[in-house]
Amino acid sequence: MSQMDVYVLLQTLISGILVGGIYCLIGIGLTVIFGVMRVINASHGELIMLAMYISYFLHQAFGLNPLFSVVVTAPALFLVGCVMQRGFVGRLRGSYAEDNSLLLTFGLGLVLANSVLLIAGADYRVVETAYSRAVWHVGGLSVSVAYLFSFGMALLFTAALYFFFMRSDLGLAIRATTQNRTAATLVGVDVERVSWISFGLGAALAGVAGALLTPIFYLYPTVGGLFTIKAFVVVVLGGMGSIVGAIYGGLALGIVESLGAVYISTGYKDAIGFIAFVLILVFRPGGLASGSRL
Amino acid sequence: MAALLEVQGLSKHFGGLAAVSDVSFSVAEGEMVGLIGPNGAGKSTTFSLLTGFETPSAGTVRFGGESLAGLKPHQICRRGMARTFQIVKPLSRLSVLENVMVGAFCREPNRRKALAVAEKEVDFVGLGDCAHQASASLPLARRKRLELARALATGPRMLLLDEVLAGLNPTETEAAVGLIRRINARGIAIVLVEHVMRVVMSLSQRVVVLVQGQCLVVGAPAVVSADPRVIEAYLGATHA
Amino acid sequence: MRKAWPVIAALAAALAFPLLFQSNAYLLNVGTIVLIFAITGSSWNLLGGYAGQPSFGHAAFFGVGAYAFAIAFPEGGAWTVPGLLVGGLAAALIALPIGLLVFRLRGPYFALSMLAFAEILRLVAQNWTSVTGGASGFMLNPTLSSKIAHYYLALAALAAILIITARMAASRPGFYFLAVREDQDVAEALGVNTVAYKMLALLVSAFFTGVAGAIYANYFAYFEPNVVFSIVEISLATYLIAVLGGMGTVAGPLVGSLVLTSMGEVLRVFTGTGNVLFYGVLIVVVVLFMPDGVVGMARQLAQRRRSRAGS
Repeated sequence: MSQMDVYVLLQTLISGILVGGIYCLIGIGLTVIFGVMRVINASHGELIMLAMYISYFLHQAFGLNPLFSVVVTAPALFLVGCVMQRGFVGRLRGSYAEDNSLLLTFGLGLVLANSVLLIAGADYRVVETAYSRAVWHVGGLSVSVAYLFSFGMALLFTAALYFFFMRSDLGLAIRATTQNRTAATLVGVDVERVSWISFGLGAALAGVAGALLTPIFYLYPTVGGLFTIKAFVVVVLGGMGSIVGAIYGGLALGIVESLGAVYISTGYKDAIGFIAFVLILVFRPGGLASGSRL
Repeated sequence: MAALLEVQGLSKHFGGLAAVSDVSFSVAEGEMVGLIGPNGAGKSTTFSLLTGFETPSAGTVRFGGESLAGLKPHQICRRGMARTFQIVKPLSRLSVLENVMVGAFCREPNRRKALAVAEKEVDFVGLGDCAHQASASLPLARRKRLELARALATGPRMLLLDEVLAGLNPTETEAAVGLIRRINARGIAIVLVEHVMRVVMSLSQRVVVLVQGQCLVVGAPAVVSADPRVIEAYLGATHA
Repeated sequence: MRKAWPVIAALAAALAFPLLFQSNAYLLNVGTIVLIFAITGSSWNLLGGYAGQPSFGHAAFFGVGAYAFAIAFPEGGAWTVPGLLVGGLAAALIALPIGLLVFRLRGPYFALSMLAFAEILRLVAQNWTSVTGGASGFMLNPTLSSKIAHYYLALAALAAILIITARMAASRPGFYFLAVREDQDVAEALGVNTVAYKMLALLVSAFFTGVAGAIYANYFAYFEPNVVFSIVEISLATYLIAVLGGMGTVAGPLVGSLVLTSMGEVLRVFTGTGNVLFYGVLIVVVVLFMPDGVVGMARQLAQRRRSRAGS
């Protein structure tokens, strides 16, 4: 393998890892919601999109760096998540709740995306910051600063989540509910409260992702669909409900896609994710990281 | 005469745990056999192994002279071995009669004939008055009858009853016992898993005792209930 | 017991419809679209409503049917009917390996896997330019230009799936589908070959959805991968039509298609856009407040009236 080939491979891997970091961010919120409520939130991408718009408008109005807008988007999306759970998802009862939750959240996502479309218009928007296009050159390889930053934040938030789940009472209550809803009730956990808090938490994580993604992606009302699909694949790869799994899943997807785009074909790049999605669901439903405690 | 059901050396391991270990027994045509043992003894696992819901790690099961190895549950049902479930599962959005018709279609592909079979079984178990009622709205005792009617409609030669008396009050229990006797009187062999000792001992012609996945003893009820090993296994709590 | 006369009346009305409104091209167009989606909705219903396997990716079969027809018989004409069958068969053939692979998945996971397959096929159609014409779509030259003829073709296909559904529902396959839907373990224990019956529902469902796709291709004479494999316009619409009309009923999808398509048309006249927003709101309303659909609710009302009148 020539030196050029090595460089290409390394570059591909690095790009894959960095994109993977973003995918992790996108997937974490979804896996938290699923873990507790067994609800597959098909509107997750739209939640991210909402956060991006909030970030965008804060930047337009106050020149606020999107990274700092996390302080606004996270709580705002937490509220949205609670409303979604209390007002809609939580009303599903009966044995067909799981099947219908997918359809319901899909519908809610459509409402969100198209409401934004009506209000804000279909124009593509973008937030340019100092580091949006900055590239860090190291040893002949290029590393996108913006992506690197998101990757770092993803790790940070995962660490924070880890401590939250392991050390706090609320985190313990959430984990208990994830493992066995009935047992949790018997031990005195307020499962209703845990439900909407978890949904809010998942949405808040989408809020964080949105703020971090604003400097990187073009913003338009229907961008959510892309994110939702990626989030699904990440979560399935990593194991539904597993936070550490979301990290593995995001990285795996990023790397595989990157390799596929360079060595096979760009057009079919997205197909790779879907194929992986189906294969994992069928053959290894616990995800690649089966056996993780979290 | 060969037995209807012959179980030889049946074993099932889950990882390192032996849920069922070298269990052997047989059931003759039309016989009523009790399967007892403390909780966790492997009774439900044995049922799952017999009906094809789990594959054995070792051992053979022969029914009507033919091996059941590798057969799926629906194939085993068609061979004539039916079961009820410990946790009653009506097909919720169907009526009582429709539930039983699903079973009846096993032998009768024709709808009208299946309906006739279903009506007959619904009457036999005493649910004739609520045949068109939604099965989800039935109280527990009636749901158990529904389970029985459904299984009977498949035209079995042998019925595996998994704790069919659990959760019934004394009156309901008496009625259920009568029903089980009437089923047996039709010539259908029955293997009965029960915790209500009094019932098992009075109904069964022979009893199989499982403890920790292994077959402790097989024999007539009087012999088994006097066996000190059996009494010890239950820690003295034999009579219900 | 199910009364057939409302469905027969509806079919009779549908037969007479174009003759009454010959001059109104717009109405005829809407009618044809209602029929096409009624076919897909009814096909979906067999798999999702009766057999309880809700798919979020029926666009896979629709699209395959469209492309198979277009590639095999772009001229249509005398080959139209065989062409439709080719479309249906192609879709059923694709369904076979898909089903074998994903039938072990339950509920939402099954639904999402079907979505993944639809997306994979869409990407294939988009990139395999030499065969499918790629993202720029496929242009046909149908020699069959009469709109009325297309309408009746669609009606014939709809009648076929409705008859098949009704016959199945009243006999063993229908009961077995319902058993699979309610509890697969119980079904197996009662002698139902759940794998075989799920496959049967899938293959019939895929076949007719493929036929609908072929009819669509023939009717519009032009289509793109993003349209025939569309998540929202095809997969979601199909799912919604069945739920809105009433899952597990024969007439449900027909009612659902009528309601959805006409509501969509009314909206288009008054707002121009916002169609998809309306879909979203409708989904939320239907799932939360009328999960049994229009026909389901009508049945419950009738039953309540019957029991109040004494039995």
